[in-house]
Amino acid sequence: MIKSIFLTFPIFILLSCGGPKNEASQSVNLKGSDTVLPLAQKTTEGFLKINPTHSITVVGGGSGTGITALMDGNADIAMSSRDLKAEEKLKFKEKGLNIQTITVGVDALAVVVHPSNKVTKLTREQIEGIFTGATKNWSEVGGDDMEIVCYSRENSSGTYEFFKEHVLDKKNYGTGVLNMPATGAIVQSISQTIGAIGYIGMAYVTPEIKTVDVSYDAGQNFYTPNFENAMNKTYPISRPLYYLYDKKIEDRLKPYLDYCLSAEGQNLVKEVGFLPVQK
Amino acid sequence: MNRSIEKGVEVLIKTCGYFTSVVVVLIVFFLFKEGLSFVGSTPVEEGFSIVVSKANSAITINSVQAKDIFDSKIHNWSEISGKPDFIRLFDLDDLLEIFSPEELGADFENSEVCIRRLLDSLPGAMVVVLNAALPKDHKLHTLQLDKITLYSFLSDRQWFPTAKPVGVYGALPLLLGTLLVSIMAIILALPFGLAGAIYLAEIADNRVRNWLKPLIELLSGIPSVVYGFFGLVVIVPFVQQVFGLSVGETALSGSIVLAIMALPTIITVSEDAIRTIPSDVRQASLALGASHWQTITRVLIPYAASGISAAIILGVGRAIGETMAVLMVTGNAAIMPHGLTHPVRTIPATIAAELGEASFGGLHFKALFALGCVLFVITFVTNYIVDSISRKRKI
Repeated sequence: MIKSIFLTFPIFILLSCGGPKNEASQSVNLKGSDTVLPLAQKTTEGFLKINPTHSITVVGGGSGTGITALMDGNADIAMSSRDLKAEEKLKFKEKGLNIQTITVGVDALAVVVHPSNKVTKLTREQIEGIFTGATKNWSEVGGDDMEIVCYSRENSSGTYEFFKEHVLDKKNYGTGVLNMPATGAIVQSISQTIGAIGYIGMAYVTPEIKTVDVSYDAGQNFYTPNFENAMNKTYPISRPLYYLYDKKIEDRLKPYLDYCLSAEGQNLVKEVGFLPVQK
Repeated sequence: MNRSIEKGVEVLIKTCGYFTSVVVVLIVFFLFKEGLSFVGSTPVEEGFSIVVSKANSAITINSVQAKDIFDSKIHNWSEISGKPDFIRLFDLDDLLEIFSPEELGADFENSEVCIRRLLDSLPGAMVVVLNAALPKDHKLHTLQLDKITLYSFLSDRQWFPTAKPVGVYGALPLLLGTLLVSIMAIILALPFGLAGAIYLAEIADNRVRNWLKPLIELLSGIPSVVYGFFGLVVIVPFVQQVFGLSVGETALSGSIVLAIMALPTIITVSEDAIRTIPSDVRQASLALGASHWQTITRVLIPYAASGISAAIILGVGRAIGETMAVLMVTGNAAIMPHGLTHPVRTIPATIAAELGEASFGGLHFKALFALGCVLFVITFVTNYIVDSISRKRKI
């Protein structure tokens, strides 16, 4: 008897999993970009403090993951650090979803190297050469004679796409570029590899690595990736961070979205290390 | 009463068994259905067409050449056996700059005419355009690309699935990377694992075994991402210093981490196999005058061969399929592996890292499933080989 109870128990669990989900009107699912993740977590915490009855889940995984989840109905809001691709727009259209985009913050990307590296500034063209594999030695860009080791994010990352589009002029990364699964891993690797170069969100810069000044006008003006330069838009490598959602469920999401764009929410955005959206 | 319960339980167990078998078969079926549909498709980004002049549409190029064109490494049609003429690339945004919105039409109704005009003035042009922006029955000529075949998938040496607008799907570097890391991991883990198992089963006294074995078993419960982080912080710098490398994220670092991860499985399973040998066998050997060492090598290990090979299968399985730890320590550069001290990208790491990005049902998605099929075949073949060897060795 006991045995049979033991055996039927898992089946009950299976059945209860398949049952209809409790669609409380206050529950919201966020999924997507790891870059936006800290921002979403912070604003969610702040929002839940004021509205304790709501329930919000925040999951990372990369911009592409979030957008796919939004397409399949597994997420209410997709966090993304890049624009929708044409392919994705078509898919949304096919599924009859009217996708709305709001900008919740702005991120600046810093190009970082090992602290012992002599190089302090690079032009966009030089960075392109390094990441496409044309430039292989630091001596070619004014550094010591050592091999350049490029660290990049994986291709599911919005940061990867953004860097390719805006810094590499849409060219593909070289084959020798190392792909790391997370920003933390890039920081760790660069801090222990002397010839390393990589790119990370400004919020992730730590004392173990060194940022490089960047020029977008062939070396006339170099800008340091810091908060002021990013705010007054002189620092060239910055990008908006988006929340994407279906217009049909806007009413359900509205309280949370409004909070994110409120003065209080934008303060939290600043706290995480991103730039608030200017109105 | 008792009998009917027995019957009920029997039916229940049978149903569970059938259900599990069906699920397993379905998963394999799903994997191969998605994976095989990848072969035979054209590697152009979905929803896009590459329009060229009529003369140039007679040329068929492969995906690597296409990527080089869009990376501006190939500039002239003569480099891909066409008539000498510069290749000029245009996309929809460029069209908007060349033609006024009135000429193109609000919904690109006149895109066909505009593109035709552009091609007439610049026969070397290559226009990447959204299918949605073209009339359904357009008579423009598109660029001919080689279709993906099983052979090209397994033998091409470049992996650029997100290259636009033509992806490059060559799985050879990933395949070799996986084999290199796994084989090296097993070579590292097997002697240590076997030695550990023999020590635990035959040499260690009961007190040592009683605390050592649970400790080793505990190791297999540690999440792989922890091993990965340990590898990144400890093994990667270690490898980098010992070999004086510029990068520490190498195949060797991956093998070492995998070897450590496979150890608990190999040790516990083969130790169990050695320990369950009937004591008659051991005693008979000793009674015949064999020393302890001779008993171990000549009698016990051959006797436990099938158990030990099961341990190897499980260990290899873990090594080939392991994802997260490898993802963190091997560098994941999709280049042909030059040796143990160079970065590699393995198949599981590729699937894990890219599946999130791939749009459901798209070409990239199918390519990752095809990689899954390759992985399935590798594991299947290794299991079969090890299985048949152990069957032969049976006394």
